Amino acid sequence: MRLRLRASTRLKAGIGAILALGPTLTIVVGLFGGGLVLGALQSLGHFSAAGMEGPTLRYIDAVLTDPDLWRSTLLTVYVAGAATVMAAVIGLIAAVAIDGLGRRHTLFFFVFQIPLTIPHLVIAVSMLFLLAPSGLISRIAAALGLIESAAQFPLMVTDAAGIGIILTYVWKEVPFIALMVLSVLKSGVNDLLDVGRTLNAGPWQRWRMIMLPMITPALGAACLIVFAYNFAAFEVPYLLGRTYPMLLPVWAWRQYSDVDLMARPSGIATGLLIASMVIAAALSATLLVRLTGSRRGASG
Amino acid sequence: MPAGMRRIVLPLLGIGVLLPFVPLLLWAFSARWFYPDPFPGQWGMRAWRYLWGPAGGYIVSALAASIGLSAAVALLSVLIGIPAGRFLGLYRFRGKWLVLLLVLLPIIVPPFTVAMGLHLWFLKLGLAETVAGVILSHLTVCLPYAVFVLWGVFSRYNPEFEDQARSLGVGRWLIWRRVMLPLIGPGVIIAALFAFLLSWGQYLATLIIGGGRVVTLPIVLFALIGGSDRPVAAVVSLLLVMPAMAALLISARSLGRRGMIGIW
Repeated sequence: MRLRLRASTRLKAGIGAILALGPTLTIVVGLFGGGLVLGALQSLGHFSAAGMEGPTLRYIDAVLTDPDLWRSTLLTVYVAGAATVMAAVIGLIAAVAIDGLGRRHTLFFFVFQIPLTIPHLVIAVSMLFLLAPSGLISRIAAALGLIESAAQFPLMVTDAAGIGIILTYVWKEVPFIALMVLSVLKSGVNDLLDVGRTLNAGPWQRWRMIMLPMITPALGAACLIVFAYNFAAFEVPYLLGRTYPMLLPVWAWRQYSDVDLMARPSGIATGLLIASMVIAAALSATLLVRLTGSRRGASG
Repeated sequence: MPAGMRRIVLPLLGIGVLLPFVPLLLWAFSARWFYPDPFPGQWGMRAWRYLWGPAGGYIVSALAASIGLSAAVALLSVLIGIPAGRFLGLYRFRGKWLVLLLVLLPIIVPPFTVAMGLHLWFLKLGLAETVAGVILSHLTVCLPYAVFVLWGVFSRYNPEFEDQARSLGVGRWLIWRRVMLPLIGPGVIIAALFAFLLSWGQYLATLIIGGGRVVTLPIVLFALIGGSDRPVAAVVSLLLVMPAMAALLISARSLGRRGMIGIW
């Protein structure tokens, strides 16, 4: 009797789980997983424009042996990395400045959070209006007599250094990083800093020995998430980047949308390459949090 | 941080956030603006009138398409996401880490890589170049995001309130409506808002699956950037900003007066 009861409640729980998680898992596994698997099959030559070809490494090989791939990858790593470092430094300063602000600063909090919700492409467009040779800053410089014509204005969009792309990402990501750091600062770092003060630790010591170890996991995880996004996003480099060398996502799209349909499997392969790099970054973010978390747990 | 330094840092942050909106606003309300002038030579509403005139019809219909599409994606995300978030938030079970991994991966993998793989399949199913197909492709990102938010909401939810109501003889429907919804309401609104915004800003996934037939506001904006009408491009950019601002205001409201500061 007892066993049967238990079996029936387990069955009920199982049905509950299927009803609750089923639709979500169907979409995630079917559409997201399905998209990636079908993409992988296409990059192996299945269902290609030339008909069923059977598995071939031709397209993946074409992607991996293209010298432009490494050029694009390096450029993408540089742009994503530079934006991440800048956003981390400014976000850290912002977090420290905001920590302990009173409630009457509601307007500042509102303004500071604006970048979190604004679509990337809007900011890319406004950077174009701001930084282009005929943009607002160039106009102000000309009005002030700093430059004589638009041609003298330093190139900041579609430039070799990717300044416009980097600034767009930094603008979007500073509040995100600041929020992640603030959530740690709110969890009792100030009390520890006070303890350090009573133990006569100097400002540098307090920063090195208390602040930095406390915020590192959150900051590191936030940086990896931001890096992964910068690495894989399409809109911003498409609008503000150069046509050669291209950032990886733009390159993937260029191949995918090529008039030569034979280039499409290579475009998909490049997309999957980006996806796997992003997944690797995310997994290392999780590991980083786990490792530092468990170490802190062990020592504390 | 010393008060003096804070007095410099905070205004700089505020200016930095607001600066990109300056050229958008200037262009949107300019009638004539030649190069070396730092401000429009002539102000005007031409770009806004263009929007509502016969030539701007495609922008208005793109606006309507974007609102409808993102609203549908947000609604579906929340409807499908609530039971999943509830289950993940309230129960421990074997293989939970795998479910969490499956929910997290789509949030970080760029949606265009998924759309590239899906396109051929959608073509065979008749879903390519349809609104339904684009909704499905947006759902691959927006639903996991909503589940993630709702999972957090339900991990702070106390189901004992439901038991109490049940012991008072309240029916299941009434418990959902009068006990669960009021408790999770603010979280559900946040999940819906973010799913909406995530769908609202999609460009490449829409282009790949929609094939140029499903014209949303981001698609129009990209087309306008290639053209020379900067005031109209600025107006479309501002249209794209509006729901983002509204979402911030609503989330501040729905989280209560202390909500916005409560996040910090």
